[in-house]
Amino acid sequence: MNLWIIPLLPLAGAAINGLLGKRFSKTLVNTIALGSTALAFAYALWVAAQFAGLPPEQIPHIEHYAIWISAGSFWAECGMYLDQLSLVMLLVVTGVGFLIHVYSVGYMAHEGGYYRYFAYLNIFMFFMLTLVLANNYLLMFVGWEGVGLASYLLIGFWFLKKSAADAGKKAFITNRVGDFGFLIALFLLIKHFGTLQYDSLWTLVSKYPVETGTGFLTAIGLLMLMGATGKSAQIPLYVWLPDAMEGPTPVSALIHAATMVTAGVYMVARSNPIFNRAPQALMAVAVIGTLTAIFAASIGILQTDIKKVLAYSTISQLGYMFMGCGVAAYGAGIFHLMTHAFFKALLFLSAGSIIHGIGGEQDMRKMGGLRKYLPWTFWCMTVATFTISGFPPLAAFFSKDEILYKTFTSGNHVLWLVGIVAAGMTAFYMFRLWFLTFFGEYRGPASSAEAHGHDAHGGEGHGPPHESPMVMVVPLMILAVLSFVGGWVGIPKAMGGSNHFEHFLDPVFQSTVESMPAETPARHEDATTELMFSAVSVAAAAIGFLGAWFLYFKRTDLPDKLAERAGGLYRLVLDKYRIDELYGAVFIQPIIALSTNVFWKGIDRGLIDGAVDGAAAGANETSDTMRRMQSGNIRSYAGWVAVGAAAVIAFMVWRGVR
Amino acid sequence: MVPLSYYLILSGILFACGVTGFLIKRNIITIFLSIELMLNGVNLSFVAFAAQLKSLDGHIFVFFVMVVAAAEAAVGLAIIIAVFRTRETLNVDRVNLLKL
Repeated sequence: MNLWIIPLLPLAGAAINGLLGKRFSKTLVNTIALGSTALAFAYALWVAAQFAGLPPEQIPHIEHYAIWISAGSFWAECGMYLDQLSLVMLLVVTGVGFLIHVYSVGYMAHEGGYYRYFAYLNIFMFFMLTLVLANNYLLMFVGWEGVGLASYLLIGFWFLKKSAADAGKKAFITNRVGDFGFLIALFLLIKHFGTLQYDSLWTLVSKYPVETGTGFLTAIGLLMLMGATGKSAQIPLYVWLPDAMEGPTPVSALIHAATMVTAGVYMVARSNPIFNRAPQALMAVAVIGTLTAIFAASIGILQTDIKKVLAYSTISQLGYMFMGCGVAAYGAGIFHLMTHAFFKALLFLSAGSIIHGIGGEQDMRKMGGLRKYLPWTFWCMTVATFTISGFPPLAAFFSKDEILYKTFTSGNHVLWLVGIVAAGMTAFYMFRLWFLTFFGEYRGPASSAEAHGHDAHGGEGHGPPHESPMVMVVPLMILAVLSFVGGWVGIPKAMGGSNHFEHFLDPVFQSTVESMPAETPARHEDATTELMFSAVSVAAAAIGFLGAWFLYFKRTDLPDKLAERAGGLYRLVLDKYRIDELYGAVFIQPIIALSTNVFWKGIDRGLIDGAVDGAAAGANETSDTMRRMQSGNIRSYAGWVAVGAAAVIAFMVWRGVR
Repeated sequence: MVPLSYYLILSGILFACGVTGFLIKRNIITIFLSIELMLNGVNLSFVAFAAQLKSLDGHIFVFFVMVVAAAEAAVGLAIIIAVFRTRETLNVDRVNLLKL
């Protein structure tokens, strides 16, 4: 099927725009960037159609292009791997990616570095597609690192702003910690199996029994989880994602919500044969996911920056995906990944539309009443808010419910309870955002200066809030439709659906499923149980909604009073539990001190520079001394000859004596 | 018969005198004579060994050394005369035009 075309199209776009784009007009930059992405999406659709026609024994469809690395008995190749899982990822990445490219045309219209922005976006698409299509872990790792690079470049897109440059560095370095774990996992795989090709690896792994204790598969699983926590912003490596909001909003939507951060989930799902044989590692995935879900949701409740709320919401939703994968319900996790890609992209793009419409303000306390200024954005945001909160029949209701249901049926009742509480919190902070932004009176500074025109963009003289141009609104509407109906592909049996989505993904996970005790026929429980669980989660969402309605619509004076009551706890949560400060004190300061005092002043300046300088100074000294032998005095030369001769004779005599 | 060691010690004394003279004297002719002294010190040990070992090799070496010394004396004295004519001195420390 020539899958290599899909990643190479955006790469070509990035190369053309990145190398020559400086002289291009904006229209040409748009054509190249959007054209390459649109072609990639169209080709992906064609591939999907072809894939549907493949007989089951030809799935996964693997393409081999060239041997990339060959060292001893180990080899890794350039090749593509297409199965149901990578197909879903492929369509999500190219589809959502394309919509965000379109949106960016409107959003970035007033920004400098236009060509650079689109070159980076295309580069990101290239690496992400490499990541999901690779047929071995090493090539996946190339994409994995590449999206990290693209993320760094785009977070620091406004690199003249120190906070943006710092956020870029923070994201890159935090990811490096996770990558370290992933890399060690790959080394362990090479050591034990001698290959990183998915197909041969799964065959080899399937010969192992499920580990009851902690064996090397558990070690590999835990190290992979470490890599996934970095990329997918889970505890303890989530700290970079809220800061990543320094980048342009479409970037936050594309990279830090819809696609890149799901790479960790994809990796865990892809590695399901390994995780299925390491129940302890799988348990760790579930626990970390659940903890992250509730932890990030609780921070999100008090954030005032609209993008920060969405950032913590992303972390929390990623936690749900890990929770799903962690109870071996990979299909549910990937299902939520897909719906999340739709509604989170929609949320971020709507937030971007709001920020764009009121001149760069991100503080929700300065918004309000925007419903009548941005009607389209309002309706799109409404769909997104209801779906993320889990109201039926919207997309996330089905996916989140599936995860929670599977969590309960796999016997992790505590995790389920935490998940339900987190779902309630999600509904609360999302509706808080919704009420603060769109209802009440407009609290921004521009309301008194409505006479100003639309031309003066950014800063103070922006004028009244205005709806975004069509090029931004149309992607919003498409995403809103997807967020609405996206979940209908996975309606569970209990509600009259056929859960088509998960059955579609089953072959990817089934090959190893027989070893999992959780996947016994016992899961065919009666429909009423499942409906009851749905009712519980909808109730949680409704409670969240009512809470937000009461506090931020009905009695807007209450939140401040409550905050005063809560005192220290309120400030602790407002400061994000001071985790950044904790990391700063425990890791960053000691590392800086160690680097400064030992590695820089001790080893670099002392040892390395000292050795080089010492060698030079020593040569200088010696030459200065030796120079005095060349006096020009004949008899002193004769003297040296005599001394040398005497030394030779003495040596010979000594040898002879011996 | 005089023992070999006597010859060798005398040879060593002669050579050492030559070296010392070469190093401490300033007059070119004296230095030249010191070189002759060293050569002949060596010659003495050659003939002493030759006599001791009943071998002709040592004698042949001596003849060669004497020939070379004669040739060297001819060239060396010519140079000394040339130096004296231009510099009007035989002190080696004054013959230092090539020194920086």
